[in-house]
Amino acid sequence: MELYQLTAEKLSAMLAARECSSEEVTRSVLSRMEQKEPEIAAYVTICGEEALKQAAEIDARRAAGEALHPLAGIPIGIKDNICTRGVRTTCSSRMLENFVPPYDAFVMEKLNAAGAVMLGKLNMDEFAMGSSTETSYFQKTRNPFDLERVPGGSSGGSAAAVAAGEAVLALGSDTGGSIRQPAAYCGIVGLKPTYSSVSRYGLVAFASSLDQIGPMGRSVRDVAMLYGAICGRDNHDATSALREYPDFAKEITPDIKGLRIGLPKEYFGEGVSAEVRDAVMKMAKELEAQGAELVEISLPSTDYALSAYYIIASAEASSNLARFDGVKYGYRAKDFANLTEMYEKTRSEGFGAEVKRRIMLGTYVLSSGYYDAYYKKAKFTQLRIQQEFAAAFDKCDLLLTPTVPDTAFKLGENIDDQIKMYMNDILTVTVNIAGLPGMSLPCGFDSKPMPIGAQLIGPKFSESTLFRAASCWEKTLGGFDLSRTLA
Amino acid sequence: MKHDYELVVGLEVHAELNTASKIYCGCRNAFGKEVNTQCCPVCMGMPGTLPTLNEKVVEYAARMGYALNCTVHPVSKQDRKNYFYPDLPKAYQISQFDIPLCENGYLDIWVDGAEKRVGITRIHIEEDAGKLIHDDSFTGTLVDFNRCGVPLIEIVSEPDLHSTAEAKAYLDTIKSILEYLGISDCKMQEGSIRCDINVSVHKPGEPFGNRVEMKNVNTFSGAVRAIEYEANRQIEVLESGGEISQETRRWDDLKGQNFLLRSKENAQDYRYFPEPDLLTIVLEQDYLDGLKASIPELPNRKKVRYIRELGLPEEDASLLAETCEKTDFFEQILAAGKIKPKSASNWVLGDVSRLMNETGKPITELGVDPAQLAEIIAMQEANRISSSAAKQVFEEMRKTGKSPADLVKELGLEQVSDTAALQAIVDSVAAANQKSIDDYRGGKTNALGFLVGQCMKASKGKGNPALMKEMLLKILEG
Repeated sequence: MELYQLTAEKLSAMLAARECSSEEVTRSVLSRMEQKEPEIAAYVTICGEEALKQAAEIDARRAAGEALHPLAGIPIGIKDNICTRGVRTTCSSRMLENFVPPYDAFVMEKLNAAGAVMLGKLNMDEFAMGSSTETSYFQKTRNPFDLERVPGGSSGGSAAAVAAGEAVLALGSDTGGSIRQPAAYCGIVGLKPTYSSVSRYGLVAFASSLDQIGPMGRSVRDVAMLYGAICGRDNHDATSALREYPDFAKEITPDIKGLRIGLPKEYFGEGVSAEVRDAVMKMAKELEAQGAELVEISLPSTDYALSAYYIIASAEASSNLARFDGVKYGYRAKDFANLTEMYEKTRSEGFGAEVKRRIMLGTYVLSSGYYDAYYKKAKFTQLRIQQEFAAAFDKCDLLLTPTVPDTAFKLGENIDDQIKMYMNDILTVTVNIAGLPGMSLPCGFDSKPMPIGAQLIGPKFSESTLFRAASCWEKTLGGFDLSRTLA
Repeated sequence: MKHDYELVVGLEVHAELNTASKIYCGCRNAFGKEVNTQCCPVCMGMPGTLPTLNEKVVEYAARMGYALNCTVHPVSKQDRKNYFYPDLPKAYQISQFDIPLCENGYLDIWVDGAEKRVGITRIHIEEDAGKLIHDDSFTGTLVDFNRCGVPLIEIVSEPDLHSTAEAKAYLDTIKSILEYLGISDCKMQEGSIRCDINVSVHKPGEPFGNRVEMKNVNTFSGAVRAIEYEANRQIEVLESGGEISQETRRWDDLKGQNFLLRSKENAQDYRYFPEPDLLTIVLEQDYLDGLKASIPELPNRKKVRYIRELGLPEEDASLLAETCEKTDFFEQILAAGKIKPKSASNWVLGDVSRLMNETGKPITELGVDPAQLAEIIAMQEANRISSSAAKQVFEEMRKTGKSPADLVKELGLEQVSDTAALQAIVDSVAAANQKSIDDYRGGKTNALGFLVGQCMKASKGKGNPALMKEMLLKILEG
């Protein structure tokens, strides 16, 4: 067994027991990266030297007898839309190719304080817009299960790195499924936390009212550990919730007796592959056997969720991305005759096609004369979806659904069909629209064989319940099978 | 107005609030600092940064709302106003669109000897933008972000103003209230108060004309010139058979002209939508009640009261009401003694104002106690001391801190009103100045002043000048 193959939980225990050093763990992961990066291409920026320096510092502090955080010395990869002081943060866009933030995101401050070792910045769809990581300006990341296939997106680099052993843990961000869908495609665990539980300060905004940073890992406990380290109130984010959080990893039990699990019928309907549906239903039966109670649920507005999502997210994005104008930082076009031309050329050349498409869509739906017909209606639909979830959670404690209608598709397969690409998000966007926590966890393989993802959705701040159910499932499987990607 | 047109003006006043820090970050809200030193990643709109609302801004704006008799909404929201300009680093300004903090108020102003009520449509909070710098010493344009995120309130009036005098009175009154409340420095040369002006003209009885919005008006005198210019321009266009189109024009104060900025067809679509990075502003009723109760009597109300109830001339009332330090001082004098308001006003606008100008000190640091000044004024009114003696006591009081009564005794300034004693002085002065008496009788009436002066001199400044003047007149005309 190589160190890079181990979970954060195991490594944390070994580090504490001085069975290995952080430097050894970091070296193991870095050499794994050297081996796998040529084919996976998960990282936009690798911080090898800095990581080893950080690891050595943690080892020294541990040697000096300092009490350290469970994540101290654990190598972590960071999605490249999370600001890292002194390390370029590109959002996988030409626009920010050379942007080096002079500040850390709140989550980075927390991870640095915990002593986590930052390996580098992970590839993503440009500005987190996409479901395949193919819209990255720099490179196409490949699925470690099948190099012909996409890792999902937008946190595709994060998911691929964790699955391939190129990071023990990773941070992603999720606006409409960007943590859960790649987690499903790459056979790992990913959590989109309750909106407001993780500060968005330093996360380059895509859609402010939907964005949330979240943890990705190879086990439920690893994800709980990382979530516990990054959640919490931040005075620099006005939308950050004022509350205390438990030690999630510590309190996990696989006991789900009496837990009411809802199966929303709209999430198992047309468009969902039979193999995916069967795998998730099999998981439901297994959880029932472990003491859970299955409840049939209906969420009738689900059909409208995708449209509402693309309107709200694009509207906010069109405003959030307006600051990339070539004036202050980032890309600026070379030749221009006047200010307007500088704006036009900079933004035409600096953004990729998908980003421009969404900026145009968002600009359109906010325009006078269209605002009521689109944006306002979408916000109304959002309210309906929230109410339906609230009603559902009167009848059950959490929901179980497929994460994505199908397993990972091939590179290039959907790149010219936006509707097909957007359909990837159909089962995940509702969670963002309602501000709920959602988790994707491995649920077997289809005949390709590619990993299938199951999604657990709970009421706001019910992460503990999600971890409990997920950990019960993980236990019945005897752990998630990443033997193919970690080998 | 020329050709019997009626002028219709509505004003949007932007005032920078003087909070210690900016509206959405912790940067200092300071003017005149070195370029790009009062800014941070938040107010420079760096990727990933987020705004957090400075609650003082809401407090200041709500107080202005109550001062202008508005409804202050317990629930209001912030919105993004999207447009590209290099001085706007996020490419949107956080402002308030459909649910502003304050709405539906009014302001009473004093114009041409009467009160006039002007409707206040709304007051909302927003952030200021940076400044572009052009200079011959470099090519291109640079941006100074120091002003980004300086808190602003925008006060929007109804189109209730019908003359430049009304517009000027409205602006002056708004400014004095902002200063009274201590929420804005109102320094026009620093751009801390600016306005956009909506102007239209129409013939009485006819519907309103199309309105033209003028931007970039940075002084109140400029506002008057801009309104005059625009009204005349519109009348000329109409009289020559043209039409006024709804458009935005830029005022150039140096040239004294305005220029088309954009027509209605090219009107900017700001694509307002709710700011997702900030929470709804929710204010507790108790908090609002407290703010409302904290609003003092305002200068426009004081002015009217001084004119109507205290009988002060309009000019006195206006000058006093300019600042709260003057009105406070004036009212403290009145409260301390039973004296005529006009006497108190004369002192505040006379010697006290002169001292403030000479020393550059605020009224409270002049070493003048309003109660003691009231004592001096009372003695003067009771003819116990002359006006020149009063000034002498005032100066001595400031220097020594002694009470006016003691000083009058000490300096022997008590006025002599004993008729027999005064008659003796008058008679001797008359005997010694036959030429002046002849002059007076020959029609040179100012000889009387000379004679009174001689009497005062002979009485060593203590004689009651009014009594002595009467006695002199008896001799002169007898």
